[in-house]
Order: sequence, then structure tokens, then C-alpha cells
Amino acid sequence: MNALLTIAGQEVRAGIRNRWVAATTAILAALALSLVLLGSAPGGTTGASPLAVVVVSLAGLTIFLVPLIALLLSFDAVVGEAERGTLLLLLAYPVARWQIVLGKFLGHTAILALATVVGYGAAGLLLFATRGADPADWAGFATLIGTSVLLGAAFVGLGGLASIAVRERATAAGLAVGLWLVFVLLYDAALLGLLVADQGATVSGGLFDALLLLNPADVYRLINLTGSGGAALLSGMSAPGEVGQLPVAALYAALAAWILLPLGLGVLLFNRRQP
Amino acid sequence: MSAIVTLDHLTKRYGRLTALDDATLSLSAGETVALVGHNGAGKTTLMKLILGVIRPSAGRVRILGEDPAGRHGAQVRRRLGFLPESVAFHGAMTGSELLAFYARLKRAPLAANAGLLRRVGLAEAAGRRVGTYSKGMRQRLALAQALIGAPGILLLDEPTSGLDPDSRREVYQTIDRLRGEGVSILVSTHALAEVEPHVDRVALVHRGRLLAVGDMAELRRRVQLPLRVRLKVPFCTTGRVLERLSGYAEPLARSERHLELAVAAADRAALIHDLDRLRDLVEEVEIQSPGLDALYRHLTAGESR
Repeated sequence: MNALLTIAGQEVRAGIRNRWVAATTAILAALALSLVLLGSAPGGTTGASPLAVVVVSLAGLTIFLVPLIALLLSFDAVVGEAERGTLLLLLAYPVARWQIVLGKFLGHTAILALATVVGYGAAGLLLFATRGADPADWAGFATLIGTSVLLGAAFVGLGGLASIAVRERATAAGLAVGLWLVFVLLYDAALLGLLVADQGATVSGGLFDALLLLNPADVYRLINLTGSGGAALLSGMSAPGEVGQLPVAALYAALAAWILLPLGLGVLLFNRRQP
Repeated sequence: MSAIVTLDHLTKRYGRLTALDDATLSLSAGETVALVGHNGAGKTTLMKLILGVIRPSAGRVRILGEDPAGRHGAQVRRRLGFLPESVAFHGAMTGSELLAFYARLKRAPLAANAGLLRRVGLAEAAGRRVGTYSKGMRQRLALAQALIGAPGILLLDEPTSGLDPDSRREVYQTIDRLRGEGVSILVSTHALAEVEPHVDRVALVHRGRLLAVGDMAELRRRVQLPLRVRLKVPFCTTGRVLERLSGYAEPLARSERHLELAVAAADRAALIHDLDRLRDLVEEVEIQSPGLDALYRHLTAGESR
């Protein structure tokens, strides 16, 4: 077996063994299921399908939770091994450095993907069993699961980058928390502040769209909240005039870039690291 | 014997710190060399350079003619076994799971792992989580990991540090067995005296420099440290004994019944001859060749640690 897959497999095995897989799956499933069970209340009068309600509320939760889980999974990847002494040992094996970075990324993303697909999938099945549904909404639900995995992958990459860039585990943990705060909370607040202060003088819709692309969480939000008709109507994201006019392909490209850039930078930095 | 590992004027600097300074050393096929020095002397840096994990600031490393940090580094590393100084394996994995992971990385047959675990005495504990292992067991697991794929070259970084005497003896037994199999071994340690009977040559490292390299007899000749002689004699005869040996022996310590003398190695024959003539007086004799510790103290004398 390839060294890359061996390393990825070991991460997954470790994740299963130390209950990370079980815990994240349980958390995501519990949240998704509770949304499904409670979610019918607000949908009663809007005429939106129950599935669209679930997609919108689940997307909002995912933005907070999945990046956090991804960062927690990955911040330890390299710096933790360095502190335990296993990084030096790993490098003494016939393994290329990019294989280590990519292998760990794949392993952590696989854990997250498993948790998301099983957790959200369980909620989807429950919804299907109780309500049945409209095919368009199911496409929205599938998009939600797929993009949630992509969002997670982007933050696994960012967490891994933090793990490679620093010398101490505590620093990497701090950096991970910082990344989460910036991308999930502060960036949007700052953007809002900018819009209010600017009063439409210089920040055009195009510029605003571009600024949204600079945050993977916002890209995720745009895909899920403006993508399908029902969800867009429900989330109130269909109306902001010229904003949100980005083609879906551009959004996916941005998300892909958010995965590939940290990974590439991580490989570059790791190649220069002296263990 | 041909050299399979050669270090040629090897220097490694980290910023302004010189971790290794102009080290030239070679390891021949089937040879065991001890790398002896204090913590921070540069032993681990030297091993990292051999592994190709870091690049030298000057000089070069060749393993079987290849640069371990170069393009064919992975192929070189497949033939190396490495035991790091301190390694904390994932506690939630079992011993055999961890060994399987490392064997896959080395593309070695997994079937050989059970034998490796037996060899280091972990056959019983193979299915247990590493978190439950004692320090000695973890070190043995690390050793088993180094032996995956029957490498021809072994780098053992402080294999006995922190182990109890029994575990240390086991490590040395393993080293002796591997020597017998023709494996080339570079073993670093600061337990100077302990490693002496188990190696062919010794390289003394101090503050990044190789102070001396050679077999023990050669090093002793070079440094010319005196033998230490301890004698037990009847009451009030130390003076007479001393008088007889005064031509070459220098008293180091003296009490009513005991004498401790320093005698140049060249005078060993004369000493034995004279002691034979004094056999009515001398009750006990102990002659000590200078060990690694004494050599080391001598070589580093004048330099602050």
C-alpha cells in the first residue's frame, strides 16, 4: 500500500480508537436530528418545504461546528507528532514529506466526511421517512452534505497549516482558535461594519462578492443559502440585489482553492521544517 | 571492510549555534561504533544527518554511495533502522498495530512482525494498548520498529536511557546478537563504561566536535592514561611496598592497609614482576585499565562542559 494511504489510514484508525469518529458523528447526528424534529414549527406558515427549512438551519449550524471540529482534528497533526518524537521517526522512514502532509489531511477529512455523511444522512433519512419530499430539495440536502465536507476539508487544511507552521502544540491550538474566530465570527462582522460605514459609496456588489470569496465559511453559506430556490427564499438571501450573483462554479472553485492553498503552503513549509 | 556510511567534514549549524563541527567518521560493513558524549554534544544531530532528515551546512553524508537527503533518500532510508532517543507512540494503538503501520511504510512483509515482537520479548503484550506498556516495553517496541525489514544499518539513539539495569542488559544483548548477524550499528550513549564491551570502535563527541575515534586499546595508547592499582597489605607495610614500587608507581591514596597507585601502562610488566616478589605482603591486587569515563574526562579536561 502507498505510504500516503498508509498514513491516512492510520489517522482514521487513531480517530476511531480515541472516539473522535464516534463523538463527531454523534454530535452532528444529534444536531441534525433535533433540527429535523423541531424544524417543522417555523416552516408551518411560510410555505417552504420542511426539508428546505432543515437545510437552511443545518447550514447555519454547520458553519459554526464543522470548522471547529476540523481545526480540533488537525491542529495537532504535525506539531503533536513532533512533540511526541514520532515525527522524527516518521521522517526516518522511506516517506516523502508531502505524503505525510497529504496523508494526514486525507485521514482527517475522511473522519469528518464519515461523521457528516452518517450524521446528516441519518437526519435526512428520518425526514424522508416521515415527510417524503420534493426532488429539488433533496438535491439541496445532498449539496449541503457535500459542501459541508468541503468546508471541513478547507479547515482541516488550515489547521494542518497551523500545525506545520509552529513549534509548540499550545501555539498551534491558539492559532486554530484564532482561525475559527476570524473566519466564522469576526470576518462577517467586519464585513458588515464595512458595509455600514461605507454606505454603498465604494463597496460595489462585485467587490462585496469578491470579499465573500475570501472566507470559506461565506462561500459555503452562499452555495447553500442561495443555491436552491426554496432555501434561498427562506434564508432571505435571494433578494440582496446585485449581491449573490456569483455563478455556482465560481463558488465551488473558491472552495476548492480554500482546500488546495493551505495544503500546498503546508507542503512547502513542511519541506523546510527541520525536525 | 568497506565503509557503508561515510561522514565527510560534516558541519551543521542552526543559526549561530554549531551543533556539529567538521565531523569525519565512517562506519564499515558489520562494524559497531559507539557515539559517546553528553546530552547536547551533537549525537542526535549526527544521526539526523545520516537519516537525511536535515541537510548539512557543510560537508557531506554518503550511505552506500547515496545522499540520504537527496533524490534517492527514500531508497536509502528503506535500508536503515532508526531508534529515536525518545518516542511516545500513540497510546490507543496496540503494539502489533503500530508495528504493522511502520512495516507498511517500509513495505516490509507484515508476516515478519510477530517474530520481531517475540524477539524483543513483547509477544504476550502485542495485542495490548501501548498506553498500558511500561517504559521498558515501549523502548523494546521502538527497537522492534527499528528492526523492521532487517535493515543492514542500525542507528540507535540512546537505546538504554531511562531503562532499569535488566532492560539495559536486554538492549545490549540484542545489540550483540545483531552484531553477530553482521548488521552495522551506530549507537549513541552517555553511559560510557556500559557500552564499551559491546562495540568495535568509539567516537567521542564533545560540543559538536569529534574528539577522538578509535578502538579502545588505540584510544588508551593515544591518551596514555595510567593504570590504577589498588593493593591491600598488612598493617604498617605500605611504606615497604611503596619503596619497592617507587621507580614507576605514583601513590594516589594511602591508608593503613590500602594503597592506590597510578602506574604507566608501559610499566605493567615491571609492576607484575615486583608484585610477585612482594607476594608475602600483598593480600589483594586490583589493576584497572582506564575506562571510557577516564578517557573522556582526560580528553575534555580544560574545556568547560
